[in-house]
Amino acid sequence: MSLFRTELRRLSKRRFTRYMTLLGLVVLAAVVVGVFLTNQKIDAGQLARAERQADQQYQEQVRWSEQERAACEQAKAAGTASDGRYPDDCSMIAPPPRDQIEAKWFLPSTFNFKETFDETLIPFAAILALVGFVIGASFVGAEWSTGGMMNLLLWRPKRLTVLLTKLAALLTGILAVTLPAAVLWFAGFWAVATFRGSTEKMTSGVWQSFVLTGVRGVALVVVFTTIGFALASLGRHTAMALGGVVAVMVVGQFGLGILLDMAGVRFAEAWLLPTYALAWMTKKITLEDWNACNATYYGECKPATMDITWQQSSVLLSVGVVVILGAALWAMRRRDIS
Amino acid sequence: MPAVLEIEGLRKTYKSRRRGTRNALDGFDMRVDAGQVHGFLGPNGSGKTTTLRTLLGLIRPDGGRMVLLGHEVPDALPAVAGQVGAIVESPQFFPHFTARDTLSLLAGAGEVPATRVDEVLELVGLRDRSGERVKTYSLGMKQRLAVASALLKNPKLLILDEPANGLDPGGIREMRTLMRNLAESGMTVVLSSHILGEIQLICDSVTIISLGRRVAFGPVDEVLAQHSSGAVRIRLEAVSDLPVATDVLTQAGIRVTGHPDHLMLAGVDKPASVTRLLAEKNLYVSELAPIAVDLESVFLELTATAPVPGQHRQVDESMKVGGTAQPGPAGGGWGA
Repeated sequence: MSLFRTELRRLSKRRFTRYMTLLGLVVLAAVVVGVFLTNQKIDAGQLARAERQADQQYQEQVRWSEQERAACEQAKAAGTASDGRYPDDCSMIAPPPRDQIEAKWFLPSTFNFKETFDETLIPFAAILALVGFVIGASFVGAEWSTGGMMNLLLWRPKRLTVLLTKLAALLTGILAVTLPAAVLWFAGFWAVATFRGSTEKMTSGVWQSFVLTGVRGVALVVVFTTIGFALASLGRHTAMALGGVVAVMVVGQFGLGILLDMAGVRFAEAWLLPTYALAWMTKKITLEDWNACNATYYGECKPATMDITWQQSSVLLSVGVVVILGAALWAMRRRDIS
Repeated sequence: MPAVLEIEGLRKTYKSRRRGTRNALDGFDMRVDAGQVHGFLGPNGSGKTTTLRTLLGLIRPDGGRMVLLGHEVPDALPAVAGQVGAIVESPQFFPHFTARDTLSLLAGAGEVPATRVDEVLELVGLRDRSGERVKTYSLGMKQRLAVASALLKNPKLLILDEPANGLDPGGIREMRTLMRNLAESGMTVVLSSHILGEIQLICDSVTIISLGRRVAFGPVDEVLAQHSSGAVRIRLEAVSDLPVATDVLTQAGIRVTGHPDHLMLAGVDKPASVTRLLAEKNLYVSELAPIAVDLESVFLELTATAPVPGQHRQVDESMKVGGTAQPGPAGGGWGA
């Protein structure tokens, strides 16, 4: 227990931890403030004005289509309609249905908590996962590269206990920041919705869904923090984790993405890691293959689809954590420390 | 006296596909008795640091037996680690923490009372600078901090690798006094150093390692005596008598090297026999001086690392026990 407390103290004493945490929280706060400033509460007057604007838009479309139809018939009568400007049948030029022009197009942006909040949990999880990854990598990487780990092992020669205690302290520290931040995130957007949008139609089912998405977000932060820690421990340097991520993202993801695209592979996104992170947060992502166009009875094109579910993502994330952390523990146990 | 540290037949081999096999430790033996200040000497690359790292569980040995404070290590290391304070090679600390934070975190991890931090800071002379970040410290100050971290546990056995490295002359003297005081208080100190004059002054006993094997060990006086060549310098009343004296002594089986104004004799057991031999031939000695050896000359002789004019000795070119100076990387170096 003394080692755990000491490691927690070491984590909180590090300037890098403090600055990165502060930076992450400032970015999150900036997102909330940004959403607050760019949204408005809609009153009945604004709604009526938007309806009128939609009507005007529809009337303009009707006038324009009538003008064009008349021009088409004139050109047809004059025999000059063969330049491709008009269709063969001028009656095809028609205004869109009235209901296709929606009043909400003419409304200022408003924050509807029920419809939008779960989307905001994605940047929340992404920002804190990045912060956790970097702090995790630095926490153990700096210990290795400055000789701190060797010093500690002279005091506590049980290597696996030392590494796992460090990880436990790190995750405790990250959760101590993430969980209050999540509560503030909920509260912040509730305030945004209250003052700059709507909090209507919030049922217990919706709340449950939001909480579950939040829990998945926290889990994602924990997973990325663990991976950063394990990679840096494996390479015994912070740069191993950061370099590894750059290599995976640049070569493994952008490069692979381009290669798969060139090779015309179906559902190329299924090979890319961010897809799974997104599927984890949104529960399901449907990939579409527009090259495989299945014509419907009405003649429209329906692409072939492939679903990536949060269950598949959970398998990938679990395997990733087990393999990378396992390798770090194995190296800690077996490799000489020099 | 009971042994605090015992090593028998310790082996450590590094294998590399590109560079082949290198025996860093090749059946190394060592014994340190309780309450002693023990010098651990060897040329660069001879295996000193590998021995200390292996002893402290940082390196896995390939063979041999190690006992620390009566416990077999590395298996029992968790049980004895609290009684062994050590610094290995150059002092390494997280540069952005203060000395006090560094020691406080170590004390926390080792369940040492926080008051001990102030005691060791006082002991190594860092009390007034303990609030400064380690990155602002000079090498000597970092060295003092390293010694403080090793003393934090109030250990029974203190292992210090090059503790005088970077210290100013006053610091070296303070360190010497500290070592002696610690030994007098009952602490056993193992000291690895290249400052052989210091070792000779401080240490009760020494172990000398070369190419992973022990080449000499025992109390400092005994090691010096064992490797004393029995060299004697003599001068005669008349320099013109030196050739005659050379003949007389050579016939008596003494190795003689002539110089313009004196003779150097080797293999002399009793200097009195020289005066008697010469006096019998009416040759009178005006000066007879036994040449004392020091630890440095013994070290250079045993490890065959004395500089030779015009030659550039390579790191692995030193003495292997029972053998000769190694000419190059073969026989223990990379690729052997």
